[in-house]
Amino acid sequence: MLFPAGPAAQGIATLWWWMFWGGAAIFALMLALFLWLLLRPAAGQGIPARWWIVGGGLVFPLPVLAALTGAALWLGEGTLGGTAPTRIEAEARMWQWQFRYPDGSATTDVLHLPAGRDVEIVVTSPDVIHSFWIPRLGGKIDAIPGHANRIVLRADAPGEYGGVCAEYCGTGHVDMSFTAVAEADWGRE
Amino acid sequence: MTPIRRHKELDRIWRTAPGWGRLAAVNHTVIGKRFMLTALVFFAIGGLLAMLIRIQLASRQSEFMEPGTYAQVFTMHGTIMMFLFAIPFFEGLAMYLLPKMLGARDMAFPRLSAYGYWCYLFGGSILIAALLMGAAPDAGWFMYAPLSSATYSPGINADIWLLGITFVEISALSAAVEMLVSILMLRAGGMSLDRMPIFGWYMLVVAGMMLVGFPPLILGSLLLEAERAFGLPFFDPTRGGDPLLWQHLFWLFGHPEVYIIFLPAAGVLSTIIPVFSRHRLVGYRAIVAAIVAMGFLSFGLWVHHMYATGIPHLSLSFFSIASALVAVPTAVQIFSWLATMAAGRPRFSIPMLHVFGFMFVFVCGGLSGVMLAMVPFDLQAHDTHFVVAHMHYVLVGGFVFPMMAAAYYWLPHMTGRQPVQHLSHAAFWTIFAGFNLTFLGMHLTGLLGMTRRVHSYDDPWWEVLNFISSMGGFVTTIGFALLALDLILLMLFGRPFRRDPWRAGTLEWAMPTPPPSYAFASIPMGDADGPSLAAGKGLLATPRGEMETLGVDPLTGRPEQIVILPKPTFLPLLTALATGGVFLSLLFKLYLLAPVFAVAVVALFLRWTAAMPAPAVLDAGQGLMLPNHRAARLPPSLLAMRFIIAADGAAFASLVFGAGFLAISAPGWPPADWPGFGWPAWVAVAGALAALALPGRALMPQVVTVAGFAAILWHMEGVQDHAAPASLAALATWGAVHAGIGAVLAGWAAGQEDKRLSVQWQRYAALVTVVAATFPLLLRLLAEGAA
Repeated sequence: MLFPAGPAAQGIATLWWWMFWGGAAIFALMLALFLWLLLRPAAGQGIPARWWIVGGGLVFPLPVLAALTGAALWLGEGTLGGTAPTRIEAEARMWQWQFRYPDGSATTDVLHLPAGRDVEIVVTSPDVIHSFWIPRLGGKIDAIPGHANRIVLRADAPGEYGGVCAEYCGTGHVDMSFTAVAEADWGRE
Repeated sequence: MTPIRRHKELDRIWRTAPGWGRLAAVNHTVIGKRFMLTALVFFAIGGLLAMLIRIQLASRQSEFMEPGTYAQVFTMHGTIMMFLFAIPFFEGLAMYLLPKMLGARDMAFPRLSAYGYWCYLFGGSILIAALLMGAAPDAGWFMYAPLSSATYSPGINADIWLLGITFVEISALSAAVEMLVSILMLRAGGMSLDRMPIFGWYMLVVAGMMLVGFPPLILGSLLLEAERAFGLPFFDPTRGGDPLLWQHLFWLFGHPEVYIIFLPAAGVLSTIIPVFSRHRLVGYRAIVAAIVAMGFLSFGLWVHHMYATGIPHLSLSFFSIASALVAVPTAVQIFSWLATMAAGRPRFSIPMLHVFGFMFVFVCGGLSGVMLAMVPFDLQAHDTHFVVAHMHYVLVGGFVFPMMAAAYYWLPHMTGRQPVQHLSHAAFWTIFAGFNLTFLGMHLTGLLGMTRRVHSYDDPWWEVLNFISSMGGFVTTIGFALLALDLILLMLFGRPFRRDPWRAGTLEWAMPTPPPSYAFASIPMGDADGPSLAAGKGLLATPRGEMETLGVDPLTGRPEQIVILPKPTFLPLLTALATGGVFLSLLFKLYLLAPVFAVAVVALFLRWTAAMPAPAVLDAGQGLMLPNHRAARLPPSLLAMRFIIAADGAAFASLVFGAGFLAISAPGWPPADWPGFGWPAWVAVAGALAALALPGRALMPQVVTVAGFAAILWHMEGVQDHAAPASLAALATWGAVHAGIGAVLAGWAAGQEDKRLSVQWQRYAALVTVVAATFPLLLRLLAEGAA
């Protein structure tokens, strides 16, 4: 996640770094306040109670939360959902991945992607719940028996990216990894 | 009467007999301590499992445990810490403290406390026995179907979780009812709700949340067990079920659960911080508003555990906003504490050191929680070690550190000895350093892509981070060992003290320590201090041979009745043993034996009602004549019945929601042919209407209703083929059981003068029957509307 290789992952990484520095600042502020009041008794006696509770409990968090949630929703609109003309079917089963391409070909535990292009991946499962995740390309989506879930991903450059099953699915869970290979000339349409 | 003689007479009435008599204990001080001690034993077992996990993950490709064993270990670690440590521990603390803080001599239903304790002990023991025999649950602590269904978990492991935890949850529900009634009715004379110690408010909200939060989990467990044992396909997508239904029911409980664990700890902080700031709590009303808001909000967030399940975008946005908003009431509380510290002159003491631990760790966990509320980020971090780290920051920061503060603060109350404080600082700093060493770096491990619940990995960088976490884990364990040693030293060698070593001012310190069995020599009325209470200057100062405490008007605290509590008895133990018989026969699939034990449970519960005092008006002292609870306008049992019906209603609503959810969103609907109830439904409805019209004479009507539902179930076909008939069978069973309870209650009430308890139930059972009997129509409308 910290080394994004596609637009979805890139957006999330940017969001993370904003939240990280913002969170670190708030954390430092809270702890400084607490220690100041504890180690310097009578230091805060001039500040009326209302200032603390209304200021700290409402005025401070509400705009911060509103800005953050707004930004995250906006980011979500841009990167989640949506569709793409190129569609790959991913079937997760205990404990391997099978990928089927528009031209009818299929591969096991290796996912071939066109580089620099949006792909829609439709994720299903015939047995238990699994979860499809290529950390460097974007978020995850669960493979739930009886449902077909989709996610749109893009690899900016050709290369190999690791993928895993992220939902515990039994004793073979660890071995259920796959490799996503982004190719400049894909040729599976 | 001298204070000494009053003490001797009261103690003779209230004390728990030694030897075997201990098994008959019902006293809140005794039961509360048992809950806490048992929870600590489970905490130690859960901690041991955590160490096994850290050994396994300390190096790459570790061969320490096989995947199957590892699955049992991580499943049991989560299960034990949540269900067998955190919840029972605060239940015990609340049971011990609430009557003493509120000015009562015991909880409202002492036998229910004891029954809850035995259910907890027996249910927990089933889980631990399974762990020792290598048959522990292994599908993760939230037991996602279909991995936990009979196809993919054929052994007894999953049944142990579903039945064992349900058995334990009896204690959570009974504690919820008991806390609600005790807080609302058993207080000092004149203590109005808005002057109640803040801990009472926290526990009032927590108990309300438990009352409606646990039923969805219990219902989900029963449905999954019905699928595993009898093939009713509620969660099987090939037969009209849906795995997502389990997730909804589980997190509908599971998210409020986090706040159910945090709020008691926050209540402790709201009690302790003012004492050490030498100033009353600032923002009492703001805090009450915040915790009530938190209680409501926490039921609107459960989907944030399910962002990756393909739920429509718009609902994700709603749940994301609600999840971020819950930070506001948290901030209100934290800033009220800071305001209290600012207004007073804080002094440093061991409990305050742990309050510092709370601030550091919990604020960190709260901030990562806000991050996870953001949908895009959660889709990356979900199911990774980032979430594992976040959750431990929240639960250890928001529960364990405050509970350690509570231990140093109230252990002197339980033992009558003051802290020695040789090891206290060392223990705190070891735990604090070890904890952060374990979990701070784990955020990074998760961000680098390590998913949770894996038993091995390849990346050398992950190995560095995991090794640091494992070392931190062992340091934490050493810290907890030091803490245990420190507390044991306190109990053995602490200096005895007179009263109120912290100069606290809440009522629990207005009694000798360790507390006498009767807690208060006389019940406080208005402003009261310890010596005057011992001298009998409160209410109910003259022992009459019965266990008496004061019942007040819930809102104003005006004295209204004298509640006469039951003496120690073996009935709770026997009833819990019979209840255990029901669960064990279900567990070992001895389905003919289960009804036998169920009948025994009912018979034993009816025995509880024997030997009730006759209605009377008694002298409460200070010139006050009050009715005893049998003659009162609103006796505690009637209020309890309303709460029980509320909890049952929450479970019933979950069942109706579940069936409706399947009809609308599960694959494979509508079913090939629609099952109906036919004419027996009219019989059931006729019985229900008669019970509504004649709630005082509902025995025959309810028997008719039971017969109607029995006929429905007898004719029911295809319950294993599709979730539609399975859901209808579940509703019919629900109706039959409730009408059956109605019949038993009506039969019992026939011999009673006061039939109000039975009447309440008859009305509710009639409503259940009408909904259940007409449900086929509603389900069909839903399914065809959705199609």
